[in-house]
Amino acid sequence: MLNRIELLQLVEHNARVKIADLATMLNASEEEIAAELEACKKDNVILGYTTMINWEKTERETVTALIEVRITPQRNQGFDKIASQFYRYPQVSSCFLMSGGFDLMLIIEDSTLREVANFVSEKIAPLEGVLSTATHFILKKYKSNGTLFTQKPKDDRETIVL
Amino acid sequence: MDIDYQSKISKVVNGIAPSAIRRFFDLANEMKGEVISLSIGEPDFVTPWNIREAGIFSLEDGNTHYSPNQGYIEVRKAISEYLQRRFDLKYDPKSQILVTVGGSEALDLIARSLIDPGDEVIILEPCFVAYKATVTLAHGVPVVIETKEEDEYRLKPEALEAAITDKTKYIILGYPGNPTGATMSRDDLAAIKDVLVRHPNIFVVSDELYSELSYTGERPVSIASFPELYDRTIVVNGFSKSFAMTGWRIGYMAGPAPLVAAMNKVHQYCIMCSPTTAQYAVIEACRNGDKEVDEMREEYNRRRRVIIKGLNDAGLKCFAPTGAFYAFPSIEGLGLSSEKFCERFLMEKKVAIVPGNAFGKCGEGHVRISYAASMENIQEAMKRLKEFVSDLKEENK
Repeated sequence: MLNRIELLQLVEHNARVKIADLATMLNASEEEIAAELEACKKDNVILGYTTMINWEKTERETVTALIEVRITPQRNQGFDKIASQFYRYPQVSSCFLMSGGFDLMLIIEDSTLREVANFVSEKIAPLEGVLSTATHFILKKYKSNGTLFTQKPKDDRETIVL
Repeated sequence: MDIDYQSKISKVVNGIAPSAIRRFFDLANEMKGEVISLSIGEPDFVTPWNIREAGIFSLEDGNTHYSPNQGYIEVRKAISEYLQRRFDLKYDPKSQILVTVGGSEALDLIARSLIDPGDEVIILEPCFVAYKATVTLAHGVPVVIETKEEDEYRLKPEALEAAITDKTKYIILGYPGNPTGATMSRDDLAAIKDVLVRHPNIFVVSDELYSELSYTGERPVSIASFPELYDRTIVVNGFSKSFAMTGWRIGYMAGPAPLVAAMNKVHQYCIMCSPTTAQYAVIEACRNGDKEVDEMREEYNRRRRVIIKGLNDAGLKCFAPTGAFYAFPSIEGLGLSSEKFCERFLMEKKVAIVPGNAFGKCGEGHVRISYAASMENIQEAMKRLKEFVSDLKEENK
């Protein structure tokens, strides 16, 4: 019986594993794997395949900003309505409703300092219902989505008799 | 002054033949960096962080002293709970568990505490290289049973019965096995138990270092779980393989209290105690390590399937391993000894694997391939193996 969770865990960190290899690893047929992946897409479990890029290694000079937003929930709609006004902006790569000291967390990736400043002061802050914002910039990425951004460790085990 | 050093070394040490494949290992180590190594009998995973952190914290806390010889009671309690939870084995932490420097020290202590000169110990080849040596060094006589591929390297009751003499002191069972990846089911072990019940003077040493790495879908069974054998079995286990802790050098034995007391005596004079830092780390391993162990096993299992398919694609006959992290395919019919096969594979395709004769005479004609390596390396190595085997077949035409 093909284990959907195990399949998802395998493709989560490497979407490029070949179907034939997935079939071998999970002791299933290629048809079963293809059908299960298709079913996951249909069920909106798999939403897309992206590439992990370390932009720091390229000549592009971009920043990642985390924006905390405190808002007033709206009658009948809670936070959902106002959240949708934020996440529709293409520059918002993630948007979460949070517990704790603020309500929404917006993440803007691969942007410039000026763009983020303009976005916060012109689009977010003036919106009705927004009480306050606090913007944090990421200085260095060590690990993101389970992937290390620092040098990968080398396999330097010695061959010994055992 | 000319000293004939060789003549000064004890006969028993001189009697142990130097490893025939030493040269091969030296070669593989020299070429490190340019070769893919599927030769190593240790996990490629690093010890899970929570376990490492527990060791680090113990150092920060200043725990840098000797522990009691037998190991901290807290460690023995944690091991006892772990054995109960994972293997349904009951051992009293006060009197029945001894914390050792890896499973290897446990094997040595057992040999030195049980063997009188001339006593026989039954070992099953192909097997871990230390079994024979520890027995010989303790002035015992290893009696080899050759297990066979057609039996999936399981011990057959007839073979055991035939090997037993009135000098037999104990038998070493190593399942899941290095280098074959074989396991023994409850039924297989029950048949062995029936033989041993007829020979009440023989002890069982059950090396269960790979017990967490079993891919049969069922929890592995320890021979100590048979009530008839509980009082005659010493379980050897450790953290090296299942928790990826080889370098910490920590393992343990669990068995009858009078034997553990005798072995503790030997242990206290040669080792004092196991490394303290490692002892603190394994408390964490026993109590909060199940998830990582299960995840590593799942990953090994996927690699195992890739290896089996790779060997089939290459046209090598291989019994499908059900435990540990080794495959032991046959290379018969390709016109090379296992040493020559490995040497040429290393030189021509830059992949290191181990000749089967390293694990006993009957391992000849086989090679050991470890899948304690990254999936990419395994896939690339299998591709090169296929090319190599087809080159050899071309030559033999």
